[in-house]
Amino acid sequence: MGAQNSDNNAAKREGMTRRGFIQAMGTGAVGASLSGAALAASHGNEPPEKILSAKDTVKIHLHINGADRAVLVEPRWTLLYVLREVIGLTGTKEGCSRGECGACTVLVDGIPRYACMTLAVEAQNCHITTLEGLMQGEELGPVQTAFVEEDAFQCGYCTPGQIMSVHGLLEKTPRPSMDEIRIGVSGNLCRCGAYNNIFRAARNAAERKIK
Amino acid sequence: MAEQKNSYYTQGLSVPETPAPGEEPAFWKQTHVVGKRLPRVDAYERVSGAAVYPSDITLPNMIYGAVLRCPHPHANVTKVDVSRAKKMPGVRAVITGQTPEAKKLKWKYNDYSGPLFDTHCRFEGEAVAAVAADTHFQAWDAVRAIDVAYEVLPFVADHNKALSDDAPDIHDSGNLVGTDEYERGDVARGFDAADVVLEQEYHTQSELHTPMELHGCVAGWDKDRLTLWESTQGVYAVQSEIAEILNLPLSKVRVIGHYMGGGFGSKLKPGKYTVLAALLARQSGRPVKLILTREETYLCTGNRPASTMHLKAGVKKDGTLTACDFTCTGPSGAYPAGGTALVDWQIRDLYACDNVRCASKDVYINAGPARPFRAPGHPQASWALEQMMDDLADKIGMDPVALRLKNIPEISQGRNQPYTTTGLKQCIEKGAEQFGWKKAVERAKAHNQTDTHIKRGVGMGACVWFVGGGGPPSTVIIKLFRDGSVNLNMGASDIGTGTKTVMAMVAAEELGVAPEVIQIEHADTETTQYATPSGGSKTVPTESPTVRNAAIAVKRQLLEMASEDLNVPASDLDYEGAQIISRNDKNKRIKVTDVSRLKKRGVVVGVGYRGPNPPKKSVNPFAAQFCELAVNTKTGEMQILRFLSANDSGRVLDRLTYDNQVFGGIVMGIGFGMTEFRQLDARQTGRLCNRNWHDYKLPTALDVPVDMESLPIEIDDPEANNTGTKGLGEPVTIPTAAAIANALFMATGIRFTRAPVNPIEMRRHLTAKKEG
Ligand code: FES
Ligand code: FES
Repeated sequence: MGAQNSDNNAAKREGMTRRGFIQAMGTGAVGASLSGAALAASHGNEPPEKILSAKDTVKIHLHINGADRAVLVEPRWTLLYVLREVIGLTGTKEGCSRGECGACTVLVDGIPRYACMTLAVEAQNCHITTLEGLMQGEELGPVQTAFVEEDAFQCGYCTPGQIMSVHGLLEKTPRPSMDEIRIGVSGNLCRCGAYNNIFRAARNAAERKIK
Repeated sequence: MAEQKNSYYTQGLSVPETPAPGEEPAFWKQTHVVGKRLPRVDAYERVSGAAVYPSDITLPNMIYGAVLRCPHPHANVTKVDVSRAKKMPGVRAVITGQTPEAKKLKWKYNDYSGPLFDTHCRFEGEAVAAVAADTHFQAWDAVRAIDVAYEVLPFVADHNKALSDDAPDIHDSGNLVGTDEYERGDVARGFDAADVVLEQEYHTQSELHTPMELHGCVAGWDKDRLTLWESTQGVYAVQSEIAEILNLPLSKVRVIGHYMGGGFGSKLKPGKYTVLAALLARQSGRPVKLILTREETYLCTGNRPASTMHLKAGVKKDGTLTACDFTCTGPSGAYPAGGTALVDWQIRDLYACDNVRCASKDVYINAGPARPFRAPGHPQASWALEQMMDDLADKIGMDPVALRLKNIPEISQGRNQPYTTTGLKQCIEKGAEQFGWKKAVERAKAHNQTDTHIKRGVGMGACVWFVGGGGPPSTVIIKLFRDGSVNLNMGASDIGTGTKTVMAMVAAEELGVAPEVIQIEHADTETTQYATPSGGSKTVPTESPTVRNAAIAVKRQLLEMASEDLNVPASDLDYEGAQIISRNDKNKRIKVTDVSRLKKRGVVVGVGYRGPNPPKKSVNPFAAQFCELAVNTKTGEMQILRFLSANDSGRVLDRLTYDNQVFGGIVMGIGFGMTEFRQLDARQTGRLCNRNWHDYKLPTALDVPVDMESLPIEIDDPEANNTGTKGLGEPVTIPTAAAIANALFMATGIRFTRAPVNPIEMRRHLTAKKEG
C-alpha cells in the first residue's frame, strides 16, 4: 500500500491537527495516519506496521509560498520536517515538535498553524506560507521590517514564528489592540524575553500595512 | 587577568594569554555612533530566514543521529543489545559503550572524569547508546529497537535528603560534592549590636534553561579533520574540549557557530551529544546531524540548581546592618557541577556589613548535572537577601529604599578592594525616583485600605554581579579596504545580545565609517581569532576594547601612509571622521580613501589585543529593579503592571539592544519568580515530571507587563577598560524575582519564601491565611 492511497483523503480532513488526530485514533494509528479513519476502519485492528511499512513513502503535492512542489514523504513526517529537512526552507524553526512553542508557525490558508503538529500529508491542497514567503524578492516584508526597527528579537530563533503569527493576526485584524496583539503572539514562546519589542513591532507593522 | 581564569565560563579550559595591547587609547569624551539606537547589523538575516543556525544545516549525504537515554534516575546497565536496531531500515551507525571507538573515551564534569558511556547511570537521561540513520524518524525507530536491561538502584532526588543516612551513595565518595565557607568580622558580636535580628528559611526551585534552539550539532569528517556546526556560546571552548576528548590536534577541529538560538549558560561548552555526533559521523562516513529533542534538553543539558537557604540578619534602628549569617544547600546533580556556585556573593558583596558568615554545601542527587545559568547563584540569594532587607525595614519602620541606601558599601567587601566605579546608590536612588516609588507605595497602601479583593503592591530589589568586567584574552583583526569598507574578525559568538552590532558600532566610531560598511566575520575557529565563550556578561567589556585597539592599529598605519601624501610627520596628524588632518594646518587634509599607499596596497590590517584589567580593583555592574503588581485575592491570579530596571553597566553602546537585554532579563526573572520549576518525583520514581513547555511553564506574552522601562545609569569608567563598558546580561535578571516577592508582600501581607509563586501557591497561602 502507499501510493495508491495517497489520494486527497488527508487533505479533506482540513483543520485536523496531529495531536487531535492521534487522540482520535489512539496512538496505535500513528503509522496509519495517511488516510485517516477510512483506512483504519478497512484494516480493522491490524498493527500499524502491517498496514504501512516505515519504508513506504507517498507522493504528495504541497503548495508553498506560491509554488507547487511534489515530495515523497513518509506519512508520519510532519510539515515541519518536510519544510526544513526535505525542502530546505529553514526559516521555519523547530523548538519542541509538540505544539508548545510556536517556533514552527506557518500560515496554512492564511491561518497561523504549528507546522510540527501538522502532518505533511494533511497540508496537501492548502496554501502554505513560510517566513521566506513574506519576502518581496530580496526586500523584507512590512512585518519583518517592523521587527528590525523595533529590535523585536535577541537570538532570533523564535522570530520566524513570531513574525508569522503577527502577519496572520494583521491579515485578520488590521488594527489590533494591545490585548489582541498579546493574545495573537501568546502561542509563541520567546525564551530571550523580547516580548515587549515584539508588541511594539506588531503595532509598527500594523501602521506600515495600513499606510 | 585573573578574572577570566577563575570564572565559571572558562572553567576547565586552558585559556591562552594575550600579548600586551600597547598603549591604551584615551577614553572617549564624546561619541557619534556609540550610544545611539541602531538596529542590528544582522537583523536582515535573522528576520528573513537567511541566517543559518546550526540546526538548519543540511549537508550532502547527511544523516540523523538520536540518543538512547536511561529512563531511571539511578541504574546499572546490564545489557545493551543493538542487533535488531542495526538491521532497521536506514540505520548506518550504532554506538554503545562497547564500540571500540567509544570505549576508551572520557567525559568530564568539572574535575570529575569518567567513561563516556558509564554503565552506572546516575541520572535520568544519561546516554546509553546512539544511532544514526537516513532520517530522523528512522533514527528514533532504531533507538526504540535497542534492547537494554537495567538493574534499577535506589535514588535520592531531594537535595535536602542527599546527606541523610538512608540516602543511597551516588558516588563512592558519598553525596557531598564540597563545601564553601567565608567569614569576615564577628557575626556573634554583630548580632549583639543589633536592635532587630530576623531569621528565615528560603527556597528556590531548579530552573531549566530551555533556549529556543535545541542543543546539538552537525558533525562531519574530511579524513582526519572534524568540522562541527554547533549551537554554542563559544566555538573555541567547543574546539578545545572536543580536541582533548577525541585526542585530535586543535587545528583538526573546526567549530562554526555563526548563529545560535539562545544558551543562557547551557551552551558554554560542548555536550556529550557533540562527541556522539562526531563518533557516529566517523562510523558512518557521513555528516551527522544530532539535535536533541526538547524532552532531552530538560533531562541532560543543565539547570539552575534548587536552593535551600537560611539567612539571619541584624540591623540597628538607624538602618545599619550589623551582621548576616547565611547558609545554603544546593544540588550539583549527579556530577560535580557547581550546585551552590557563587550563591553567597550577594550576601558577601552587595550591602555594607562588617560581620558576615556564609557556608554552603553542594550535594549530589540523581538528576541531570547543573550548568551555569544566567548569573549562577545570584537570583537565589537575591530571593533571600532582598526579602530579608524588606522585613528588616518593616521592623524598624524604615522605607525599603532608604534602608538599602543606608548600606551602600564603599568598596567591594567580598574582594576587599575598591570597585572601579559603583552605581549601586544611583541605581536605587534614580530608579526609585523615575519609578515614582514613594507615590506608588502610598497609592498601593491607600488602595488596599478600600474594600476590594484586588490588592496592589510595589516592591524592589538591588544587586551586584560577581564579574562583568571582562578581561584578556581576546584578539580582534580589522581590515580596512581601499574603498573605506571594513572587515571585522573576532571569535566571539553573538548569542542574541547584539555583540556583532555593538562591535560594528565601536569600529565605526573609531574609524569614522558607517556601521553598515562593516562586515563581521566571527565564531569560527578556523577563520577567526581566539575568544572565550560568551557568558558571564563579559563579552562587551572583553571584546569592545579589543575592537577599539584593532581599529586604532589600523589608524596608526593610515597616519603613517598619509604623512607621505601630506608631507607632514605622522605624529602631527589626526583622524577626523574618515579624514586625516594636520593638527597645525587644517588645510592639509586627505580623505582616507585617497591615501595613495592604501590605494596601492588595497588593504590595511590592524590587530587588537585586550589589555589587562586594572590591578587590585574590581569591575562590577549593579542594578536596582522596581515593580508594581496586582493580586486577585479570590482567585490567586497575579498581574505585573509595570517594571523598571536601573542598571549601572558603564557606557551604553547601543541603546536599542541594551534595553532589549534589560527587558529580557526581567522576563526571565518573572519566570524564576512566578512560573518555572523542575518537578522531580522525589518520593516514588525519581523521574522528571515536567519535561516539556506544557508542563514547565515559561512566561508568555500574556505574563509580562507591557509597561517596562530601562534606565541606564552611565558613569564614566575609564579605569575598567578603554570603552568604559561593564556587563549587562546577567545583572538584569538577578533581583527581579525578589522585587516581585516584595511587592506580593505589600499586596497580601504574606511572605513568600518559596519560589516560584504561581497562582496555585498564591491560592494556597491565601486560604491558609484566611483560616489562620
Ligand atoms: S516546534 Fe512546533 S510548536 Fe514548538
Ligand atoms: S529571540 Fe531568542 S527565543 Fe525569542
